[in-house]
Amino acid sequence: MSTAARSTWLHDLVRKPFFWGVVAIIALLLLNVMKDPTYLAISVNPDNGNLVGNLVDILRASAPILMIAVGMSLVIATGGIDLSVGSVMAVSGAVAMVFMKDAGQSGSLGVALGAIGLALAVSAVLGVVNGVLVAYIGLQPFISTLIMMLAGRGIAKVITEGQNTSATNDPFRWLANGFVVGLPVVFLLALAIVGLVGLVVRRSALGLMIEAIGINPKASRMAGIRPSGLLLTVYVLSAVLAGIAGIMSVGTVMTVDVSRTGYQMELDAILAVVIGGTSLSGGKFSIGGAVVGALLIATLDKTVVFLGVSSSATPAFKAIVIVVLCLLQSDRVRGWFVQRRKPPKERPVPNAVAAREEVSA
Amino acid sequence: MTALQSPRLEPQVEASPHSRLWERVKRVVASNPSVLPTAAAIVIFIGMVIYGEVAYGRIVQYNTLSNLLINNAHLIILAVAMTFVILTGGIDLSVGSVIALSSVAGVMLSNAGWNPWVVIVLMILIGTAFGLASGILIQYFNVQPFIATLAMMFLGRGLASLLSTRPERLADDSPILWLGEQLKVIDGEKVNDVVITPGVIIAVLVVIVAFFVLHRTRTGRTVYAIGGSESSSSLMGLAVPRTKVLVYVISGTLAGVSAVVYTSRLGIAQNITGIGWELDAIAATVIGGTLLTGGYGYVLGSVVGALVLGLMNVLITRDGGIPPEMTTIITGGILLVFVLLQRLVLMRRRT
Repeated sequence: MSTAARSTWLHDLVRKPFFWGVVAIIALLLLNVMKDPTYLAISVNPDNGNLVGNLVDILRASAPILMIAVGMSLVIATGGIDLSVGSVMAVSGAVAMVFMKDAGQSGSLGVALGAIGLALAVSAVLGVVNGVLVAYIGLQPFISTLIMMLAGRGIAKVITEGQNTSATNDPFRWLANGFVVGLPVVFLLALAIVGLVGLVVRRSALGLMIEAIGINPKASRMAGIRPSGLLLTVYVLSAVLAGIAGIMSVGTVMTVDVSRTGYQMELDAILAVVIGGTSLSGGKFSIGGAVVGALLIATLDKTVVFLGVSSSATPAFKAIVIVVLCLLQSDRVRGWFVQRRKPPKERPVPNAVAAREEVSA
Repeated sequence: MTALQSPRLEPQVEASPHSRLWERVKRVVASNPSVLPTAAAIVIFIGMVIYGEVAYGRIVQYNTLSNLLINNAHLIILAVAMTFVILTGGIDLSVGSVIALSSVAGVMLSNAGWNPWVVIVLMILIGTAFGLASGILIQYFNVQPFIATLAMMFLGRGLASLLSTRPERLADDSPILWLGEQLKVIDGEKVNDVVITPGVIIAVLVVIVAFFVLHRTRTGRTVYAIGGSESSSSLMGLAVPRTKVLVYVISGTLAGVSAVVYTSRLGIAQNITGIGWELDAIAATVIGGTLLTGGYGYVLGSVVGALVLGLMNVLITRDGGIPPEMTTIITGGILLVFVLLQRLVLMRRRT
């Protein structure tokens, strides 16, 4: 009895969408430990009590990816996609930097808040454009956000007049580089935002409604959901989260490089969502999965640098992972696995397993 | 209804031949609303030429128009390729990075002493391989077209960056450069000559072959049928799976050809070549009247669309007041306007 219960528990764990993401993170960390046994060591900086170590760096690097991954997972759940997150990051970073530069380099908190507010407002406007095009005009999501992806970078260049723009502002810098109770502020902030979004969508019917749109927009309207308003909200939320990610990523160096900031970040966002076990065809999302996916990508980026592999290879590698995961999600490949697994079919509760399989398919 | 009524109205307006022509145009548009965007593209092109001639001068002359063709030969090829894909209701976002990978690989191989003809064939085959991969993913593994080609886009860009992140220069005596060599056809006064390059000839050949395939062969009809309704066409017994894969193979292969034409003109390849060209190709196709949802469109329209974008670049350069960073914003804006126009036409047709 106890062994049976344990095996179902193990079975459930393996079937969790983000199980393999966690396994991959552990594998990558082990790889690093093999190269340098002290990789996981975390020490306390005696001067200010901050934690120092590679793991802390990974957490810090994962913050912007967390933001866009959560936004992207909601957009993908509605059956859409947001290709503009990277460009929105650049626009948001550009707005913040130019605002602080024009404010005369004064390091006041008010200027930092103004910069953040303005950057998020501009991001929200871009999100509104995306959302209106998708929800009210009915354009395919990838076309409207593709236009925004390419035009957005142009907008960022116009804002900064094509120059890399730097500014100095201590409160803004603290946001990206500071520590609270020994942990990086940026990671705690990201966790808080993810927690808030997760709470709102999962503790209310909002998440269910978003998934309903992704499964069948017509049926969801019949069921009394207004898809247009909800779609608009999701795209605006995704853009605002991307705006926060932009602020985080320019804050670390206090410079915006319009052609590098957020470049190919849509790849990371999509990858994080797919690793989290969310199907790209919509109708389902897992915030926890997106978090695991974002952490895995941050770990991967750091590992590549740590192992001394040329970092220009990572996008190609990530693209291959996306292709493989897409293949694993397709019915055809699943069919191969089901056929192979069928013969030794002796499971504790066949009905429950069958039902679960149906749901996940 | 309007088509039935118009003959009765015609005697009243027969007075002026001008308005009779207008009436005829109106009837053609009314009977087939999908020509409206193509007609709009032609009108816009002519309007831009006139505006450019009046505002900046030196537009309607041999060398400007030849340069327009020479500088946009690669875009014309891409637009033709994209037309095939969009006609089936799909999309290919990978063309820009396929060009980057293909041209960087080509230049490096050529500089490593490979036979230039082998290099050219390899450059085209790189595109074919990417197209085949996207096509198989889309057709046999049910991956959405934009996801599959987006993955290919990142893969191509990543592989190109892996090969080199510096600008790779083709050796000055490389035979590949011959494809970009300017040949005088008509010798005008001073520099006002009609000039073409072998690259332009390749582009024209691609357009002719594509026109023939799309409008005169069974494969072409199948492409249109898939865009109209994929399930109906497979119920009709058309070769849907084969054609869908073929469409992406065509797109990838032509991206390879486009890489050859572009590299031969510039003599330089870099891993950031072709960022945003998928937008240009989609915009050219959509401006030329191809419906993004598939099923309606014209190859020649896409050529006009590519020329509109090329002329826009010329005008922006001539104007000098518009920062070059605005180009992508303007392209995006134009694409948006045309997509909205399509929605309008579609909505009107349904009611």
